[in-house]
Amino acid sequence: MIKSWSWFNKVSLIVGFAFLYVPIILLVIYSFNESRLVTVWAGFSTKWYGQLFQNEGIMNAAMVTLKVAFLSSTLATIFGTMAGFSMVRFGRFRGRTLFNGMIYAPLVMPEVITGLSLLLMFVAISLDRGLWTITLAHTTFAMCYVAVVIQARLNAFDRSIEEAAMDLGCPPLKTFFVITLPIILPGVLSGWLLSFTLSLDDLVIASFTTGPGATTLPMKIYSMVRFGVTPEINAVSTILIGIIATGVLLASVLHKRRESQRKNDELLASAIP
Amino acid sequence: MGAERLCRVDELSGVAMTSPDPMKKKHKGLPLVSGGLVSMICECPPYRWAASRCYRWGLQGRSLTVMVPYLWLVLLFLAPFLIVVKISFSEIRIAIPPYAPLFEMIDGLYVQLNLHMANYQRLFHDDLYMHAYLSSLRIAVVSTVLTLLVGYPIAYGMARAPKSWRLPLLMLVILPFWTSFLIRVYAWIGILKTEGFLNMFLLWTGVIDEPLVILHTNIAVYIGIVYSYLPFMILPLYSSLEKMDHSLLEAAADLGCPPHKAFWKVTFPLSRPGIIAGCFLVFIPAVGEFVIPDLLGGSSTLMIGKTLWSEFFNNRDWPLASAAAVILLLLLVVPIVWFQRFQSNRSQLGE
Repeated sequence: MIKSWSWFNKVSLIVGFAFLYVPIILLVIYSFNESRLVTVWAGFSTKWYGQLFQNEGIMNAAMVTLKVAFLSSTLATIFGTMAGFSMVRFGRFRGRTLFNGMIYAPLVMPEVITGLSLLLMFVAISLDRGLWTITLAHTTFAMCYVAVVIQARLNAFDRSIEEAAMDLGCPPLKTFFVITLPIILPGVLSGWLLSFTLSLDDLVIASFTTGPGATTLPMKIYSMVRFGVTPEINAVSTILIGIIATGVLLASVLHKRRESQRKNDELLASAIP
Repeated sequence: MGAERLCRVDELSGVAMTSPDPMKKKHKGLPLVSGGLVSMICECPPYRWAASRCYRWGLQGRSLTVMVPYLWLVLLFLAPFLIVVKISFSEIRIAIPPYAPLFEMIDGLYVQLNLHMANYQRLFHDDLYMHAYLSSLRIAVVSTVLTLLVGYPIAYGMARAPKSWRLPLLMLVILPFWTSFLIRVYAWIGILKTEGFLNMFLLWTGVIDEPLVILHTNIAVYIGIVYSYLPFMILPLYSSLEKMDHSLLEAAADLGCPPHKAFWKVTFPLSRPGIIAGCFLVFIPAVGEFVIPDLLGGSSTLMIGKTLWSEFFNNRDWPLASAAAVILLLLLVVPIVWFQRFQSNRSQLGE
């Protein structure tokens, strides 16, 4: 390789990562600011966090968000796994093209359209809107992401072990739970994590599909942001960033550990003749 | 935002794909427990009864697995969309819900079809909407080009970094994806506003004498889009640059080609699939963007996502908002289908 890493490459990396991270770092630092003015530093303080936990509106919104995220990501993981499994294993069933279209379309559909269409349907069938309608909406779009993740996982999967199990008389359902599921489990878990964060982040679809009494955290933050930048928003954001960063890092550390565990196993297996 | 997720999925499935050969893994704990549980359930009389019933109705495990997600998507994705199309043809009415029914029974004998084209006519004749569509497309194109200009050097630097650095760098690009979109946009308000960090810094260094007005202009929208969608540009670019065979550059150098010329003759053409994928992933969601123009843009920033939102929530003109949504989707169908073709061609070539 010639001159692999020139000064130009290094400078562009430093500038690029500064661009990506400086806004987030400033946001986190100023959540510990004493002053109400967000851009003037007046000493370290955690008082905004204290106020946050006394703010009933925010705490309620956080509860609603967590409920919706848990419910919808769990449902989305189940349905998404089924959908991904059907797409890889069942070949060309009737209505396959429509099915594929419906899996991929929500991934590229602008959120305003998804939100609008779901709301119009909930109105048309006069369903009471609230926490449950948000959950239905989030499940619908998150399951498509899960289906794509599972599909990728299943494509890299060796079918012969499943066939072996079935040849030995294992019923299909049992084969799925005993053989297939443990192998695609990392995919299922990352699908769940993905749906959870999608639901946690979503503002537009939740705003359309919500009803009286169900305000999610992004909706709350959005309405606060409209009145200007305040240290409370910085504090909520810092907590959210902290939770998500910890989750993602934990997931990748676990993944790494499994990987190295597997390498050890392989080494041991190859050492034994 | 849609593509953001797609990229997250790419990254996740990338992890899944590089994952180990599953055969050699030892399963402890979970499969045994779940296996025991499953065989217990399978041997339970109610399960067998239900299974035989389902079988008699032609419902096997296989068809149930397809049917459940299929029905869910038909009910909660396809049907709502058809309802949007339907309402886009109805007339606004001051009622709950605020639109006239498309089919009306007259004297209990005839069904009258009230197909109302006025919403579409208004979209095409009212300057506001035409401007909103055109300006959405323009903002999306400009910010896609800007994102490419910013993202290329970063992806290039990553691809040329020492091997041990690449994975941590990739992780650093992906991490901001997972943090909330709204929060990342919000962070820029504090930076760009008149008494914000950027102006404070520039005044302090003496580059400017008076604070710049950036927030609530189109420039702020460009910055917001570039910032939010940068990882989507970097990931496909990086994956095509990283796959590149470095001996090609060595060959060019051996034949006396100067490095900058070698870049344009060798590296750049080879990274074209990455450039195309990255541009689509930025362009498609940028057209329908709502949060960025709403929070960073000003009253002069027209984007269709924002117009649709205010038409719906502020003016409560549901039929018009539906018509706007249908047109927006028609605008996006061409690039989306093109992109899908491009991706499937590429995956076929890759195999």
